[in-house]
Amino acid sequence: MADITDQKERSFPKIEFTDSEAGALTFPSSKSRTYNYYKPAKLRATMYEDVTVDVQPDPERHLTQGWIYGFGDGPGGYPQEWTKAKSSNWHAFLDPNEEWEQSIYRNNSAVVHQVELCLKNAKRASVYDNWNTSWLKFIERNVGAWMHAENGLALHVFTAVQRSGPSNMINTAVAVNAAHKMRFAQDLALFNLDLSEADVEFDGAAHRAVWQEAPEWQPTRKVVEQLTAVGDWAELLFATNIIFEQLVGSLFRTELVMQISARNGDYITPTIVGTGEHDYDRDLGYTRALFRLLTQDEEHGAANKELFGQWMSTWVPRCLEAVRALQPIWSQPAEKAVTFATSLENAKSKFSFVLEDLGLDIPKELDQ
Amino acid sequence: MSRQSLTKAHAKISELTWEPTFATPATRFGTDYTFEKAPKKDPLKQIMRSYFPMEEEKDNRVYGAMDGAIRGNMFRQVQQRWLEWQKLFLSIIPFPEISAARAMPMAIDAVPNPEIHNGLAVQMIDEVRHSTIQMNLKKLYMNNYIDPAGFDMTEKAFANNYAGTIGRQFGEGFITGDAITAANIYLTVVAETAFTNTLFVAMPDEAAANGDYLLPTVFHSVQSDESRHISNGYSILLMALADERNRPLLERDMRYAWWNNHCVVDAAIGTFIEYGTKDRRKDRESYAEMWRRWIYDDYYRSYLIPLEKYGLTIPHDLVEEAWNRIVNKGYVHEVARFFATGWPVNYWRIDAMTDTDFEWFEDKYPGWYSKYGKWWEEYSRLAHPGNNKPIAFEDVGYQYPHRCWTCMVPALIREDMVTEKVDDQWRTYCSETCYWTDAVAFRPEYEGRPTPNMGRLTGFREWETLHHDKDLADIVQDLGYVRDDGKTLIGQPHLQLDDPKKMWTLDDVRGNHFMSPNVLLNQMSDEERVAHIADYMANGTKSSS
Ligand SMILES: [Fe+2]
Ligand SMILES: [Fe+2]
Ligand SMILES: [Zn+2]
Repeated sequence: MADITDQKERSFPKIEFTDSEAGALTFPSSKSRTYNYYKPAKLRATMYEDVTVDVQPDPERHLTQGWIYGFGDGPGGYPQEWTKAKSSNWHAFLDPNEEWEQSIYRNNSAVVHQVELCLKNAKRASVYDNWNTSWLKFIERNVGAWMHAENGLALHVFTAVQRSGPSNMINTAVAVNAAHKMRFAQDLALFNLDLSEADVEFDGAAHRAVWQEAPEWQPTRKVVEQLTAVGDWAELLFATNIIFEQLVGSLFRTELVMQISARNGDYITPTIVGTGEHDYDRDLGYTRALFRLLTQDEEHGAANKELFGQWMSTWVPRCLEAVRALQPIWSQPAEKAVTFATSLENAKSKFSFVLEDLGLDIPKELDQ
Repeated sequence: MSRQSLTKAHAKISELTWEPTFATPATRFGTDYTFEKAPKKDPLKQIMRSYFPMEEEKDNRVYGAMDGAIRGNMFRQVQQRWLEWQKLFLSIIPFPEISAARAMPMAIDAVPNPEIHNGLAVQMIDEVRHSTIQMNLKKLYMNNYIDPAGFDMTEKAFANNYAGTIGRQFGEGFITGDAITAANIYLTVVAETAFTNTLFVAMPDEAAANGDYLLPTVFHSVQSDESRHISNGYSILLMALADERNRPLLERDMRYAWWNNHCVVDAAIGTFIEYGTKDRRKDRESYAEMWRRWIYDDYYRSYLIPLEKYGLTIPHDLVEEAWNRIVNKGYVHEVARFFATGWPVNYWRIDAMTDTDFEWFEDKYPGWYSKYGKWWEEYSRLAHPGNNKPIAFEDVGYQYPHRCWTCMVPALIREDMVTEKVDDQWRTYCSETCYWTDAVAFRPEYEGRPTPNMGRLTGFREWETLHHDKDLADIVQDLGYVRDDGKTLIGQPHLQLDDPKKMWTLDDVRGNHFMSPNVLLNQMSDEERVAHIADYMANGTKSSS
């Protein structure tokens, strides 16, 4: 039996009635219950604005003592000079997706549940057994190669960029973009694992050699690696989300995989790849909002448009080279539901639409 | 997932990285460290498929608790003495959190081994979580606590306040200068591994004792992500140690990072815990006791000392001196008194200390009353406007202190102050180590080797310089620390909101001229300066009565 004679007297803090509730008294500022250091875009501040705006200080706003640490070769903090693009007010950018912690976890968890359910059902129904060899090969090689691109962009484009933007709103939107890419790359990898464990002819290791050596994929790998080498954060964001993702990413995901999977008896791949397209749609949304702000800037709009034109003359040819190299994969599946020419035409016209929306000229390189 | 399938999943995710052959990632942020001989480490990858639902679940608990707190009228039991300090703390902390997110690509750039990049990128997302969840907690306080003034201007106040600037080092230090110094040693090896225990565990306990159980809910949830961050940092540290050439830099950075974290975090959290609480049970741990447990035993003895066998030079002397400053030199008490002296330029109210508090302090820190008791009695006596000036401008035997050029906490342990001409300016430092940090560590050369990537101390580091030779009323107005009647100050040296006559207005503080100690110091002749410094340093050993 437990000895109860030796119990130490337990000690608790005393809780007191303090009546420190809102409204308990009236005095100056007793009703001042909004963050008043910034002007919300609409009449009432959104949750997103309240938790994001001005968390990264700025000498142009409230920061009076300046950045208190510098780099060995230049100022610290978030210098506007880290991109050649210019804005008369970087803080005007707000993420149309209003991403903050709750949206990040809710949305990504929803995707996770959807993908998991889809893969579980596929296993239970043994659907992979019915896939033909050429389709399995297509997934093994091409979806396998593509997941590298997604992962590389996650780590060395989006994660990198979110240190460099001059406002918290820009950097947070980009950080969420990185989270999307990382999740999507892993989902493709784990799908690859499922297939290699299924009772079908599927080489789970083949993706490496395809990405590293297969001639059709080398120009794509080359652009991805070239992207990661860009130092100017806005160029990197523009070249990735506006150019590469339109001409190469969406071309592969939407114009090819999403179009042909069903005809090849596969409803699993489009479900997963569809989540990547869905993410990209959101991410394109914030990217367009940002670059629209820059092209429409009263002071710097014209110079920015010229700059973006230069960026396009570098990156459009590189991306088109990647695209042309990919052409053979259109004929790999047994059921060729769509031609390369049609897919490319669609991608180009969507790309042109994005450029028009930004007020940018269609680059002549696009017709080559 | 089963253990076996988890292992397979980790292996599969590792297949996503490749060795680039056409171009390598841009190095935006340099380091003087080298990782050529770094051993391949393969820490477990975070699988996003389990990460997102896990964090969503944690979030749901936090938001459930928030709803519950409001439905349960938590604010009827919250101590104002405590919550006022949250106006300062919660104005600071979301910036270090988001800075930790921004620091991750610096670490990725610096460390070539792709094995650890995944964990760093996940940490980035965690830190976005922490920053925005804390901003939201603050919003909840603003909406539901009796006095929203100060919460309502939070990020502006953070950016123009002397205490905000002290806190900003814990943030800017993560994202500036040598990538390893900043994003690994300062952020992870010291700030996260040592000091998040006092920030996110000790402080929330104190919040609960003061009727606020939301702070613990949010901060324990934040802390639960921290062990992953600590292991990221540990992997990089071991890689750095593998190359002998890094050892002098590691020694430098451990000294700087340890000391600066001590100066900044112990000043702030020590004050919140010791002077923000109403819980004066004798068996309640003092900040010194918590520090001994969390920092000295758990961090220094259990984490740091075992690293000695891998070749890490540990700043034993600075660990002991930090302890000495807390337990013998009154570091926290001096900081609290300094904050209270500066109340008109605060955006929070500071409660007076009562006999009950005196008794507790005397019990925990013998000799406390004779050093600080009289001053706090004066603070109470001068609490209301009408017959006296703010305490900083009354003769209560307290000389407004010089600020430390490095850590920006004033040189409050006066006998330890170091005064030197650095970069053609007379600067004061709180300690030898802070002097060394400016004069030796943050320089383009260290012990004869070039360190071009090391950061620099920049900015208007003495806050007082910006407000030199101005009227206090104008300073307060410039800062915007005025309530919505256009005249009552946000900061008050008491908690009484029931009688408008007790609250100080701009008119009550007008006529007091504020001078920057550093500007004055630099105007002195050599003889004047020597005498002034001797007097200042002697003042530290005298009682304030
Ligand atoms: Fe954090
Ligand atoms: Fe962390
Ligand atoms: Zn110092």
